[in-house]
Parts: sequence; structure tokens; C-alpha cells
Amino acid sequence: MASASGIGGSDGTVQVCGDRRPVARYGLRFVALGYLLVLLAAPVAMVFYRAFQHGLGPIWSALTTSEARSAIEVTLIVAISAVVLNTIFGVGTALLLVRRRFPGRHLLDVLVDIPQAVSPIVVGLALILVYGKFGFFGSWIERNGIKLIFSLPGMVLATAFVSLPLVVRSVAPVLAELGDEQEQAARTLGASSWQTFRRITLPSIRDALAYGVVLSLARSLGEYGAVTVVSGHVLGKTLTLTLFIDERLENFDQPAAYSAAVLLAIIAMGSLLISRRLRTRSRSVA
Amino acid sequence: MSLPPNSTIDDASGPGAHARSASPTSDPPAPSWWAQRSGENSRGGTSLGLGLVTLYLSFLVLIPLGAVVWKSQSNGWSTFWHQVTTPEAWDALKLTLTISAGVALFNLVMGTIIAWVLVRDDFPGKGAVELFIDLPFALPTIVAGVVLLSLYGPRSPAHVNIAFTRTAITVALLFVTLPFVVRTVQPVLIELDRDMEAASASLGASPFLIARRIILPNLVPAMLTGTGLAFARAIGEFGSVSLLSGNLPFHTEVSAVNIYNQIQSDNPVGAAAQSTVLLVIAFIVLFALDRLKRWGVHRG
Repeated sequence: MASASGIGGSDGTVQVCGDRRPVARYGLRFVALGYLLVLLAAPVAMVFYRAFQHGLGPIWSALTTSEARSAIEVTLIVAISAVVLNTIFGVGTALLLVRRRFPGRHLLDVLVDIPQAVSPIVVGLALILVYGKFGFFGSWIERNGIKLIFSLPGMVLATAFVSLPLVVRSVAPVLAELGDEQEQAARTLGASSWQTFRRITLPSIRDALAYGVVLSLARSLGEYGAVTVVSGHVLGKTLTLTLFIDERLENFDQPAAYSAAVLLAIIAMGSLLISRRLRTRSRSVA
Repeated sequence: MSLPPNSTIDDASGPGAHARSASPTSDPPAPSWWAQRSGENSRGGTSLGLGLVTLYLSFLVLIPLGAVVWKSQSNGWSTFWHQVTTPEAWDALKLTLTISAGVALFNLVMGTIIAWVLVRDDFPGKGAVELFIDLPFALPTIVAGVVLLSLYGPRSPAHVNIAFTRTAITVALLFVTLPFVVRTVQPVLIELDRDMEAASASLGASPFLIARRIILPNLVPAMLTGTGLAFARAIGEFGSVSLLSGNLPFHTEVSAVNIYNQIQSDNPVGAAAQSTVLLVIAFIVLFALDRLKRWGVHRG
């Protein structure tokens, strides 16, 4: 009986996998949603419940201690610096990859994706080996009175490393789809490179760039592994929010840890919502 | 810097390739003038930009990663091998690879099912599921650890305490790699031509046969890509695992945690040696995926 209803043109196609086999359909739905519930939804709901079970008061006080405030401040400084670096170099790299042909272009293309494949711990180690006290450049840098590792600049480097591909990979496809006719036209009319970029290129990649920046910011605010290696965990100085969570858990201060975790979870959800809207917009423009 | 001779129409690699291919071919002098002008104009900008980008990527990515490999070899190959095969490091590596492979394969199945349900099924709340399926990518890994700990930890309201077990590592890795297969399979499934399914159904094929002969072959490259990405991610995962697993040597200590401990106990050569192993494995996976992609494009 199952094979009878599929006959017919495009009307029948909807029926093929849908209503003909309700058991299979509901079975798959049950498996998928059940899995998501157990693995994703229930734990996330639980952490929210744990954080909010005594109301907003405890969360507020846990997040306004001097340590928590410093952690929020450090997180913002590090994340914003990394995002600024990645935005500038991300757009530059995307422009090079899409608009220019040069030897080693494929290599650059591969290089951009490397950070995704590297464990955050390895990122931290790599930066220590180069910029740490006994590193390649580190000894020279420290002799000149600059401290990169175990202080904020090192944390910025680590964060920039892990979020490197996000802006490039958001902007590049849109650039490729736009083509360069308009840029060429602006050039013939006598616009300089910078004018062309600011007046023609930037407005058309605005949404894609914003999408990349949101992704990059979300990733940067939440980076843990790479930052934990290079931060040195100086209380009130180099603790980001993620390191603060770890530190609070080790001191059995679960309410503070849950509060900070929920704060980061809310930021993550917000960035998901915003980035979803930006992506649909940037795709529809292109 | 000398300019190359005038580019010809069929040289599609010049900076003006787009404009030239779009312009009518009836007017040869203009395109070649164009190519030269715009080539000259942007070449300075290109080399400056290229220089800056190369410098940035070198100091941020290339030199540091090179330093890891270099450091791992600094006391010779035998030291490298010794550091990788200390009982603790070797166990950690075996554990990491086994659990990551298991997690990746489980993702292959579950990710495909979830993608299928998201594309072909319809139910209330689908939009929310569709949106929050990406949450593991957006959520900081340490928060993922806290989230799982709150439900499956020592104070579990469901009385399921998996903390400090290998199950905890598995669950943490399943959580952080959840979206990979879903997000690679989903677009392919959306694009899939349903007429083929209708045609085979009209010829009497059972749904199982259709799934096996029509749908699955089309999805396999995407499924493998998602699985490979999930595996590469899993072998390097630190935050969520370190929080949940308790990091007991020989039992629940994964490579990333072991590397961290080596750094803390001032053994950079050992840390670098294990890091190099992880790097090489991840690059092999990425290289294989790149081949797979080219092969898929080649096939059309």
C-alpha cells in the first residue's frame, strides 16, 4: 500500500516521504528532538534554572563583585581588540583572496582556515613558544620592557588567532558574488582605492561584515582554552569571564560560576539571533 | 617592478578578468588598455596589502605553529618519540582518538537524522530548533561544560552523575560538535531534487530503497565533510572536557588536557611533541576533506 500514493507529478512528491509512512516520520522526529532535548535543551534550561532560582538578586550581586567586574572589563578589552584586528585584516584578506590573483593565493586561502583545526591549547602553547619569556622574539621583546605573555596583549593574540577565519569567511563569498564591475566603474571615474572601498565596496558588504563581526565577537568573548594558557590567571588583572567561571568553580562558588555562565549564554543566544538576521540580509543583497 | 606584457583575452587570471570577460569582444584595444591600467593601478595596493596580511598571518599563525613543530624536534627525533609515547601521553592520545572517532561517527548518524527532520518534517517550534541547533558553536566551551555539569553532574536533579567518567568526555564532545553534520547535510538536502524520489516511488521502490539508492548517495560527501570537521574539532577540544572529565591520568585525561599539564609543569618539549601529533592529525583530516570537496566539484 505504501507504493501506491507516490504516483503523479509534483503533487505526489510532497507525499513521498511525508505522510505515507507516519511511523518512520514520527520515529525520526522523536529521535532527533529527543536527542536535542537530552543533549542541548535540558542542560541549557537547567543552568538557567540554577542561576535564576533565587531571583535576579544573587546574580546581580555575583556579577558586581570587584573580581567579576574586572573579569567583564578584561573580557571586553580583549575581545574588542581581537575583533578590531580581525575586522581590518579579515576584510583585507578577503579582498585579496577574491579580487586579486597572485602566486601563493591558494596557500593564503588554506592558511586562513588553519586556526579552526588547531586545538586552543596548542594555540596558547604556540604563542608562548614565540612571545614568551624564553621564546623566539619574547626575550628580545621583554628586554625592551614589553610583556606579551601572561598579560593582555598575549590574550588578544590568542583570541585573534582562534577567531581569525570568521570575518574572512563571511565577507569573501559576498565579495565574490558582487563582482567588481562597480569598483572598476568607480576607478574609471577617478576614484582612489580608498574612495572606491569606502563608497562602493564597504556599503555592499556591510551586512556580511556585520555578520562576521558578530560571530567573531561571540567567539572572542567566550574563548577559554587558548586564553587560559597565556593569561597567567592574575586575579583582577588577566582573568576573563570564562577564566572567572573556572576560578569560581574551583573555589566551590557555584552561584557566581552559574551567573557568569548564564551571562555568557545569553550573549551567545543574542549573537545567534542577530547573526541569523544579518546572514539572511547579506545573502539576499548578494 | 616590470609589468608583464599585455594580457590577452583568454588570460583569465589578471585583475581585470571580470570586467574584460563582461565587455564585448568587438573592441580589442579597450580591454587591453584596461587590463594594463587597472593592473598598474592596483598592483601597488596589492603588494602593500599582501605584505601586511602576510606579515600579520605570519606573526600570528605561521611562526607560532612553526615554533611548536620546531620545539618538538629541538632535542631530536628520539626525544620527540619518547615524549609522545610516555605512558600518560600515549594513553591520553589513544583515548582522545577513540572517543573523537566514536563521537564523529555518532554525529554522522544523528546529524543526518536531525538535518532530515529539519528539512523534510514540519512541526510546531521548528524555527526555534533550527535557530538553536547552532548554540553549541556560539556557546563558550567552558559554559558548555557548566551547562552539562548542571544537569549531569554531582548535583544532578535527574540523578545522572557522569562527572569524571569517560562518558562525560563523550557527552561533552557530542555537545560541542553537534552542529557540524547537521549544517553540512542540511543545504544539500534542501537542494536535492525530489523528482528522482517521486520517480522511483512511482516505479514501486520502497521508502527504504529510495533512501538507500537515491538520497544517501547524494548526501555522502556532505555527511563525510561534517564528520571530518567534527572529528578535527573533537581531538582538540579542551574547555568543556577539562571541566567535566576530572582529568584523571590514564582514565579521563585527553591529549589537550595532557598538553596543558605539560605546559604547567614546564615541559615545553613534551607539550610541543604532543601538539605536533594533534596538528598533523588535524591537517590530514582537513587535507582529506579538501580532496573530497574537489572530487565532489569535479563530479559535478
